[in-house]
Amino acid sequence: MLEGLSNSLQKALSKLRAKGKLAEEDVQTAMREVRLALLAADVNVKVVKQFVDRVRERAVGQEVQQSLTPGQQVVKIVYEELTDLMGGAEERVRMAAKPPTVVLLVGLQGAGKTTAAAKLALSFRKHQHRPLLVAADVYRPAAIQQLQVLGKQIDVPVFTLGTDANPVEIARQGREEAIRQGADVLIIDTAGRLHIDEQLMDELSDMKAAVPPDEILLVVDAMTGQDAVHVAESFHQRLQITGVILTKLDGDTRGGAALTVRAATGCPIKFVGLGEKIEPLEVFHPDRLASRILGMGDVLSLIEKAQETFDLEKAKEMEQKLRTAQFTLDDFREQLQQVRNLGPLDQILKMLPGVGRLKALENIQVDEKKFLHIDAIISSMTKEERANPSVMNASRRRRVALGSGVTVREVNQVLNQFEQMQQMMKRLTGGKKLGRRNALAALKSLGGLGDLSSGLNVPQVGTPTGASRRPHRKKKKH
Amino acid sequence: MGLFDKFRKGLEKSREAVFGRLGRLFQGRKLDESLYEEMEEVLISADVGVETSLWLVERVRRLAREQRVTEAEQLTPLLQQAMEEALAENDPAMRTAASGPTLYLFVGVNGVGKTTTIGKLAHRYMQEGKKVLLAAGDTFRAAAIDQLVAWGERAGCDVVRHVQGADPAAVVYDAMMAAKSRGADIILCDTAGRLHNKANLMAELAKIRKVAARELPDAPHEVLLVVDGTTGQNAIQQAQAFKEVVQVTGLVVTKLDGTAKGGVVLPIVREQGISVKWVGLGEGLDDLEPFSAEWFAEAICRPDHV
Repeated sequence: MLEGLSNSLQKALSKLRAKGKLAEEDVQTAMREVRLALLAADVNVKVVKQFVDRVRERAVGQEVQQSLTPGQQVVKIVYEELTDLMGGAEERVRMAAKPPTVVLLVGLQGAGKTTAAAKLALSFRKHQHRPLLVAADVYRPAAIQQLQVLGKQIDVPVFTLGTDANPVEIARQGREEAIRQGADVLIIDTAGRLHIDEQLMDELSDMKAAVPPDEILLVVDAMTGQDAVHVAESFHQRLQITGVILTKLDGDTRGGAALTVRAATGCPIKFVGLGEKIEPLEVFHPDRLASRILGMGDVLSLIEKAQETFDLEKAKEMEQKLRTAQFTLDDFREQLQQVRNLGPLDQILKMLPGVGRLKALENIQVDEKKFLHIDAIISSMTKEERANPSVMNASRRRRVALGSGVTVREVNQVLNQFEQMQQMMKRLTGGKKLGRRNALAALKSLGGLGDLSSGLNVPQVGTPTGASRRPHRKKKKH
Repeated sequence: MGLFDKFRKGLEKSREAVFGRLGRLFQGRKLDESLYEEMEEVLISADVGVETSLWLVERVRRLAREQRVTEAEQLTPLLQQAMEEALAENDPAMRTAASGPTLYLFVGVNGVGKTTTIGKLAHRYMQEGKKVLLAAGDTFRAAAIDQLVAWGERAGCDVVRHVQGADPAAVVYDAMMAAKSRGADIILCDTAGRLHNKANLMAELAKIRKVAARELPDAPHEVLLVVDGTTGQNAIQQAQAFKEVVQVTGLVVTKLDGTAKGGVVLPIVREQGISVKWVGLGEGLDDLEPFSAEWFAEAICRPDHV
């Protein structure tokens, strides 16, 4: 996410990074570019002005000039100010002292309230809460059905009174229903509305009075332009929102809204939504996003993700196998599976420091199907073949290719990768040190990453193998 | 209410919130560099984008020199002229089939108002006495099909649909067959919202397009990208990506009333060369109107009291 802003900001700052001494001119040029990068990313004009002024002031100040690496120091200042702009530390949802906790979702049409409601319900369920969804959007055709379908998917009850009922009444009765059912979190999905629509804004105020919410979350489309400020401000004025959910951040938006909304309202961004698939919303970490924007990676999130999905027992077992060189194709597959569990690979990759700056990885499209192919190939082998791939002669390879519906070439590729990996393991366990080059090769062939280069749409690295390959889009030059 | 007044009313907020600022900016000011700089900032904050804002300001500066303008107040008509120039290539006409049914395909990212746009257009064409058929090609989002069916009922036209999760290309195919046998004039095809950087979803769109082209000569007759008027500079990336995959032929800008600034219309037309065909100027069934570059420029630039 936010690659566009990330690229242009890094470009603006790259000239500074290496400088031993900073002339005021250098800072001026860099700041001009930073300003344009932020404006092009839809960050509000006023916010940009303040931001650039603050960075400039600090950049020409003492702390930078006396430092040994002034260029790096400026990058650090930009990082700190970016983090600050987005709200500093992360913020959790405020829970009611006496359940149910009431969460009211508001926002413009098409911001993604209904999807966010379902995702939020899932987040609560993950933390052992019992959420109840309330369908109070009686205006948009089929909005209630949408919430019902989503509720069914994630197995969370949905309360509705149909489209003829008054939304305020729906909220009130929803709350009673929550108490009756013993649900401890009430998530109310409301109709999208323009912030200048007096009548509908009154309705929200009435709702707020009828079922005092513990959280009023404004759902904002990350692609929103300069108007994001006004939207946030007017909703805040009318309802005193307590936080923001930023949606559609998985697009190639430069996410100016993320940088603007907090500055405009002082309300923290609490969650971000990535993708239309119903998965729990992610907690928003300003520092980590700032780090990602500046290409410094987000290792913390990666580790957390790994901790959530990796099976520690299995990992230990795997390590043992690696050490004793008993690593088989079955283990290889297991490892791939674990990597896949982390989530879409292109998003995972972006969390690694420096990866964002790799030219070859720009605009990558990780072909998730490739993993399925590997899985199918390994599944088509006999037990013996999996334990000892060296028996794989031409006729066996042909059989496996037919059995798994791929070409012999793909089977060869998988076997080659596996062999490389085994060799590397031998060397590693043999105690020899790896040169830088070998280490890179080793890293590449490790687990999922091993196949990455050929699973990516990167012409320089992989050779095209499948029909699923598409030319990747040209990047717009700035 | 005339069409132009509708434009003016729909764009009232844009005019007041942003371009009204220009009017105040021009008042009693000397014509100097700082004025142009502020003008640039106002344009950027209207989502016009850095590049096109610079272009517009440069254009105004040149016109001012040529016409020996000395008063800042006289810049308003020049800006209007510059905007008209930026939108000069815009062609709002909709292509129709020489014979047989005409097929329009609607694409866009999530939540921009594709289904609503189709509902309004269906209503409009029905009013004109055409026989309209809707294809429920959004088989992904929960209850999207129900939403289109509800619009079909309002407009009084048939909806061809499968179940959720079905192949959208198959829905479009069935709609074309149904249109041929029922003698429909226009097929409006809904598709699921998709972010333009998801390659596999974009490939699905290309397939729908291919199926349409195979069954009907020259179809799709228009591929309309629906863009949310509140979207910022990302709309340009959207236009670019969708143009590449499904050869977008025109734009529908929704939610241009009330809050939206709609400035992004300018860079899309000028930099991407895609015409704006329709604009959504309100929430009512009749509030989708054909786009007019002159009216747009005038409605935004000309102050209310004149």
